[in-house]
Amino acid sequence: MTTVSLTVNGQSVTADVDPRTLLVQFLRDNLRLTGTHVGCDTSQCGACVVHLNGQAVKSCTVLAVQANANIVTTIEGISQGGELHPMQAAFREHHGLQCGYCTPGMIMAAIDIVNRKGNALDEQTIRTELEGNLCRCTGYHNIVKAVAAGAQAMAQTPLRQAAE
Amino acid sequence: MYAFEYHRPTSVSEAAKLAGQADDMKFIAGGHTLLPTMKMRLAGPANLIDLGQIAELRGITRSGDTLTIGAMTRYVEVLNSAEVRDAIPALVEMTELVGDPHVRHRGTIGGSIANNDPSADYPAACLALNATIVTDRRKIAADDFFQGIFTTALDEGEIITQVSFPIPSQAAYAKFRHPASRYALVGVFVAKHTDGVRVAVTGAGSNGVFRVAEMEDALSRNFAADALNGISVAEDEMNGDIHADAAYRAHLVGVMARRAVQAATLG
Repeated sequence: MTTVSLTVNGQSVTADVDPRTLLVQFLRDNLRLTGTHVGCDTSQCGACVVHLNGQAVKSCTVLAVQANANIVTTIEGISQGGELHPMQAAFREHHGLQCGYCTPGMIMAAIDIVNRKGNALDEQTIRTELEGNLCRCTGYHNIVKAVAAGAQAMAQTPLRQAAE
Repeated sequence: MYAFEYHRPTSVSEAAKLAGQADDMKFIAGGHTLLPTMKMRLAGPANLIDLGQIAELRGITRSGDTLTIGAMTRYVEVLNSAEVRDAIPALVEMTELVGDPHVRHRGTIGGSIANNDPSADYPAACLALNATIVTDRRKIAADDFFQGIFTTALDEGEIITQVSFPIPSQAAYAKFRHPASRYALVGVFVAKHTDGVRVAVTGAGSNGVFRVAEMEDALSRNFAADALNGISVAEDEMNGDIHADAAYRAHLVGVMARRAVQAATLG
């Protein structure tokens, strides 16, 4: 066992883990933060995307011990006081999901795109930047609309980077 | 994934010492090849030495005509580096095509070249740019470093510390991407140096990344896409799989080389 200490959604967490524990397993099984999903488990689909030190990563391809002393934000950490993050609200408003399995990863990826590329995102940029996130229901059309609207809303709303 | 013991050194010397003591060990850099391989139980090291906490392995510096990138520098840091963009913009453009944004937040240059995947991008950049791979023991020319699929000149326990790139006058990379994996079906990196042109091909060769002497000679005389007319690579030295047979890959090498030269001469 190896001791790992990190900050998850603003809370300090310390645990003894088997070194082969993936970050996504640690979040889901140890911390019961089951909003982060495991889709392919092969770094393709992006259902497991979380923010590690403010950058989107595939948490199925990071060991929990590699995240030692790091800051992790999951889908559970972005709303504040029961109010949805603007990107979450945009996905609901624009029906950017059907089954919902890819949605947590999509939203964490979308926020990361805004952090890197700003609030005015054209369709091509969004489609290119979402290439690490797969959706098998929607055909992406409403996801792209939701990301564009969410990006704009993030400029208007006071930034709610709850745990970042 | 098989169980392993995890080590987290904070200096190169500590990492080297651990590697010398540990039986059956692997270094982990960004982990975006090694971890999937371990999950599939194609690798099962007893000891995993994480290079992620070693500050001296990161960073980008330019000194005269040489750009030096630390081995644990992540792709995203290359993308965000004004120094790289200024010195070798082709390196930035190539890095934009590696994996996806999440992968680029974790993957490292040292990890990519130590792995020497036959479809990876950085081996082609190193070879075409005539890079020097610096380790904790010696300096290795890219021509000597890449020795076939997943094979390099690295000895057991040897750690890449940085990669030095001579700054070319013109360079570009053209990649035919596999649409699902985003690896190169064929990628060609072309670089014009003061002493001639170098052309490196990834994704295509059955023995990994390689240079094309005939293209280099033609482009050294005349750095234009038309100079490549009539030059082809041997089909029997190409990879063939369900995605593209050897003849198709051989054809793509010519097409991508032409596109790379066009991009380099426009830029």
